[in-house]
Amino acid sequence: MKIHKYDTVIVGAGGAGMRAAIESTKRSRTAVLTKLYPTRSHTGAAQGGMAAALANVEEDNWEWHTFDTVKGGDYLVDQDAAEILAKEAIDSVLDLEKMGLPFNRTPDGTIDQRRFGGHSRNHGEAPVRRSCYAADRTGHMILQTLYQNCVKEGVEFFNEFYVLDQLITEEDGIKKSAGVVAYELATGEIHVFQAKAVIYASGGCGKFFKVTSNAHTLTGDGQAAVYRRGLPLEDMEFFQFHPTGIWRMGILLTEGARGEGGILRNKDGERFMEKYAPVMKDLASRDVVSRSIYTEIREGRGCGPEGDHVYLDLTHLPPEQLDAKLPDITEFARTYLGIEPYTDPIPIQPTAHYAMGGIPTNVEGEVLADNTTVVPGLYAAGEVACVSVHGANRLGTNSLLDINVFGRRAGIAAAEYSQKADFVELPENPASLVEEQIERLRTSTGTERVATLRRELQETMDANVMVFRTEQTIKTAVEKITELRERFKNVAIQDKGKRFNTDLLEAIELGNLLDLAEVMAVSALARKESRGGHYREDYPNRDDVNFMRHTMAYREVGDDGTETVRLDYKPVVQTRYQPMERKY
Amino acid sequence: MATPVMDKAETPDAGSAASPYITVTFRVRRFNPEVSAEATWEDFQLEIDPKERVLDGLHKIKWDVDGTLTFRRSCAHGICGSDAMRINGKNRLACKTLIKDINPEKPITIEPIKGLTVLKDLVVDMEPFFQAYRDVMPFLITKDTNEPTRERLQSAEDRERFDDTTKCILCAACTSSCPVFWNDGQYFGPAAIVNAHRFIFDSRDEAGEQRLEILNDKDGVWRCRTTFNCTDACPRGIEVTKAIQEVKRALITRRF
Ligand SMILES: Cc1cc2nc3c(=O)[nH]c(=O)nc-3n(C[C@H](O)[C@H](O)[C@H](O)COP(=O)(O)OP(=O)(O)OC[C@H]3O[C@@H](n4cnc5c(N)ncnc54)[C@H](O)[C@@H]3O)c2cc1C
Ligand code: SF4
Ligand code: FES
Repeated sequence: MKIHKYDTVIVGAGGAGMRAAIESTKRSRTAVLTKLYPTRSHTGAAQGGMAAALANVEEDNWEWHTFDTVKGGDYLVDQDAAEILAKEAIDSVLDLEKMGLPFNRTPDGTIDQRRFGGHSRNHGEAPVRRSCYAADRTGHMILQTLYQNCVKEGVEFFNEFYVLDQLITEEDGIKKSAGVVAYELATGEIHVFQAKAVIYASGGCGKFFKVTSNAHTLTGDGQAAVYRRGLPLEDMEFFQFHPTGIWRMGILLTEGARGEGGILRNKDGERFMEKYAPVMKDLASRDVVSRSIYTEIREGRGCGPEGDHVYLDLTHLPPEQLDAKLPDITEFARTYLGIEPYTDPIPIQPTAHYAMGGIPTNVEGEVLADNTTVVPGLYAAGEVACVSVHGANRLGTNSLLDINVFGRRAGIAAAEYSQKADFVELPENPASLVEEQIERLRTSTGTERVATLRRELQETMDANVMVFRTEQTIKTAVEKITELRERFKNVAIQDKGKRFNTDLLEAIELGNLLDLAEVMAVSALARKESRGGHYREDYPNRDDVNFMRHTMAYREVGDDGTETVRLDYKPVVQTRYQPMERKY
Repeated sequence: MATPVMDKAETPDAGSAASPYITVTFRVRRFNPEVSAEATWEDFQLEIDPKERVLDGLHKIKWDVDGTLTFRRSCAHGICGSDAMRINGKNRLACKTLIKDINPEKPITIEPIKGLTVLKDLVVDMEPFFQAYRDVMPFLITKDTNEPTRERLQSAEDRERFDDTTKCILCAACTSSCPVFWNDGQYFGPAAIVNAHRFIFDSRDEAGEQRLEILNDKDGVWRCRTTFNCTDACPRGIEVTKAIQEVKRALITRRF
């Protein structure tokens, strides 16, 4: 075991982690630990764009953006945070441009903007062009640009280091962050990083679904690490299902395709979104469109022999426009489906996409231990965190924005904190939990296999807690997850070595997914209403009287060692906007 | 030789009338210094839908047959650059190569990319590759100390000038397909030159001269022998050789 000491440690080198690192490295001695090489992070998969009311192509302002964000999130958004997001959006796009990001340009050389779902002029009047973009590889360009600037600033990376535990020490009755424990993939060695400040920027957890746009590596390691140490997770029942994933594969086809004029059609060729969202049509918010697609499928208007998908039709758009604005996604259709989008519609279905919930933080990125108390020295930003700017449903282009705005804020806040704070003493045997976990897996003679359990988990999640949920389906999921968690104790791996043991890490990642799936299902069961991405067929309406509140889930361990999820609730911050019925 | 029984529930087309499955052999280059100093070939027979990716085949092996098989991957759709490997002798991304496109009749050979030290199975040491990238100063450099308050202007044409090279995902398929790089690891390699190109031809950048000097070095662009392997290998369709030629021309004319 090796011990390192840094002022600030950042867990993750996606957009949020690297944006934080650029700030934090200027101010404090910083280490970035990342399980992937930075440029492999899933921020690079983002296609459509990043929202900011630059008003480069038409009238727009941050207040309209704030309103759309609050409404898009079905009023579960903390409005103070949404206002910061929308206001700081403008500088955050300009900062990226100055760092070198090659945005698409307007004829007068300014940053071009396009339409995106849920973003509107003057509180819902009509779609507005607010998304700044670089073809359909905006996330790729953000990730590359941030990495380039990390190289420029000399940011210190520990690549292929997996953070597996969060260290917490109690001082004067206050829980404080002391550092993290990491596993080095190349050698199997365990490293303890003592740090005054730790920032989690480890991304989402979509891999507990089968049909998902998320990478294999998005397994919620950060959320699971803090949850296991008794810290809460907020709003985990809210998961976004993006309407247009490639049929059965889940690979994303950006909403920008509809922003450019693409149309959803059922088997009769009908533009069905006109029925469900007369104003915004195909560009209504994602939860609305995903439900509409499944309604079409359920009512027998789905396409294909099994009627299990609908079409994204781009055939009426000029090929030059597709080549210039949507080159990557049209290539996905060619590569993975053998379909020519110039002439043929693309089969799509909703795909599990984005975790609205996560580690609760305030607007400085400080992690909360309960509804109000911060954990000194602990920060989170990006998809792993819940500020909450996305509430019950995130608007497209607001996440690339989130990682930049709150990544930057967390980087500054953490570095400033570590400049004035002292190191917190490490707990005794800081690596013991991780060592035990690894030893148990390496020496296990159990009969269960990681792949089997993961497959069963993904199937139950897709079947029971996706776009439509009921008490019955969620209970089925909870029972299945409980069974899988039990069977996980009997899991064995084949690779017993130290070097690049990805077999071992997949087992650990599955453990994290199982913990988070349970939190998600238990939180969903208790929310007896429908709001944003959480749709209960048995409670189809939003219930502001009982459920205008954030879920806070805690892990409880009984005297006999049994683990349960305890739920509590936190008020929503409302400033300017009163909840209204959501229509598009 | 392992002959796995596949769990068909996993596979998309299970249940439809005609079975889409075929039997293929994956012939994989194995190396684990913890076990043996020698690399060996190992055959795996798989039942697979030819519309699936080579990466899906590798996962079937890892998940259902031999958990020790080691390779890098993340996004599974050609965006993160993790899984460049030599498939039937050509550098490709395993997640962007469908079985049906590489003649499944014969064994499909899968090896690590060449010219970088193999650490285990298909995993190579990427450090020298990233070092060459960092050496070309891959970041925007401007001389004005007063940052503009708004964005810098750039015409759509100027933006188009370097569009192709902004697509790079640093997968190393190009560099590790280059015979010059195989013979001499000191050569910057195509990927680093592509990333220098991305800045040299960006109208906002002001360090083109400096980057050109770096590439004028004995291990720089002049080593390129225009074999086009890199262009063929690039999964992002970047015209790598053309980019290198443009950098060479800029070195002669000093116009970019
Ligand atoms: C296909 C797709 C398209 C999208 N398109 C858009 C879009 O157009 N606009 C938009 O606003 N949003 C979009 N999103 C959402 C957005 O891209 C993501 O939410 C966002 O990029 C997440 O960034 P992040 O920095 O939080 O996490 P990531 O980029 O996922 O990075 C996570 C980092 O954490 C590291 N990590 C994880 N676990 C560990 C561990 N245990 N130890 C150490 N390191 C660890 C990883 O190595 C990685 O570096 C899209 C998402 C997807 C999947
Ligand atoms: S130029 Fe192409 S092949 Fe070379 S590293 Fe970049 S994406 Fe990979
Ligand atoms: S797994 Fe990301 S490029 Fe293949």
